[in-house]
Amino acid sequence: MINKVVASAAEAVADIADGVTLLVGGFGLCGIPENLIHALVDKGPMNLTVVANNCGVDDFGLGLLLATRQIKKMVSSYVGENKIFEKQLLSGELEVELNPQGTLAERLRAGGVGVPAFYTPTAYGTQLAEGKETREFNGRRVVLECAITGDFALIKAFRADRHGNLIYRKAARNFNPLCAMAGKVCIAEVEQLVEIGELDPDLVHTPGIFVHRVVVGERFEKRIEQRTTRPRA
Amino acid sequence: MCLDRQEIVKRAAQELREGYYVNLGIGIPTLLANHIPKGMEVVFHSENGILGYGAFPFEGEEDADLINAGKQTVTELAGTSYFDSSLSFGMIRGGHIDLAILGAMQVDACGSIANYVIPGKMVKGPGGAMDLVAGAKRVIVTMEHVTKNGEKKILEKCNLPLTGVGVVTRIITDYAVIDVTPIGLVLVEKAADLTAEDIQRATEPQLIISPQLRDIAV
Repeated sequence: MINKVVASAAEAVADIADGVTLLVGGFGLCGIPENLIHALVDKGPMNLTVVANNCGVDDFGLGLLLATRQIKKMVSSYVGENKIFEKQLLSGELEVELNPQGTLAERLRAGGVGVPAFYTPTAYGTQLAEGKETREFNGRRVVLECAITGDFALIKAFRADRHGNLIYRKAARNFNPLCAMAGKVCIAEVEQLVEIGELDPDLVHTPGIFVHRVVVGERFEKRIEQRTTRPRA
Repeated sequence: MCLDRQEIVKRAAQELREGYYVNLGIGIPTLLANHIPKGMEVVFHSENGILGYGAFPFEGEEDADLINAGKQTVTELAGTSYFDSSLSFGMIRGGHIDLAILGAMQVDACGSIANYVIPGKMVKGPGGAMDLVAGAKRVIVTMEHVTKNGEKKILEKCNLPLTGVGVVTRIITDYAVIDVTPIGLVLVEKAADLTAEDIQRATEPQLIISPQLRDIAV
């Protein structure tokens, strides 16, 4: 019987060792695998390369792994919301590679689907394209970007079954399906585990073939970065 | 008098057309959404993976799973769809977004734009800006015409790191509306109390005055 469900976040990350590359889902603090991140802080692997759109805030999300100095290198599109990040970057402790957001997403997708590289018009003529091969297709100048794969993908989904079929919720999907595909081992943290057969097959976002471990998160803070509201009329 | 921030946004809203799929840069969305012409249906794209998001939620109804690209809580509308970041940027890069409206620190005579590196601050990264300017069918910049210190922002050549090369088609500022064309920057509209000479003095490249030059109406 296929059963990818593991008992705890600690068990799910038990074999994540020093020096590995992690692909971590989420946009800002939305759709991040917060329980897996806590488990990584507890386990303590060092010298991590982390591919993630952002790097959390000082006291939540990937920022927690910065505070413990577990991250050696970040590959991100925007890293603005974090004082520890800036400090470690300026001191040379932390290395950062900036990618345009869509390029980062496509590099992960390419990694997951067996495309080694692709040309994109994004960033042509900018600092982020320096040193990269360029060409022209149909009069359009483009930049060669390589795929990204990783040792582990740490992702967050809303609902799963024991096969690892996943459904995300609203804008918490973002980079999660892409990280899932590009990780050699994909660990999915979910809010709900349902019986096999309960997910509508037409509505599965990430088929279980991409997912190796499923863990139900113990506690979800789901912090909001910018709480914006309107007055009731 | 020049346009205030609200009036710049109102002028930008005049660029909307029925049925447009529109991406609004961080900071602009909520302001602009209030000025959609009556009866017009447009769909707002948020690059973190939403088409058709709505206003901010009522207090107590915020959903951590439902934020826009500025990481602000928003709401769902009838007709909203969600998707992953690759598909979202596929919409942008694939030329499916009709219009992107963004802020900028500098724009130059060729329509190149610099808007992701703030001088003297840590480089935080472009987020989705490089993809948007490279991919959207039409890119419009809204910004103040000069910096707080009175320095020009519309230049012969940007001196800050570029976000995109030759991508901007129209610049809407508190002084003027300027089109980027193959023959140069064309002044098409101006704030009522300014003259074309006033605007030229605040602009580095030589402006071509449109024969149809008129006052901005908002």
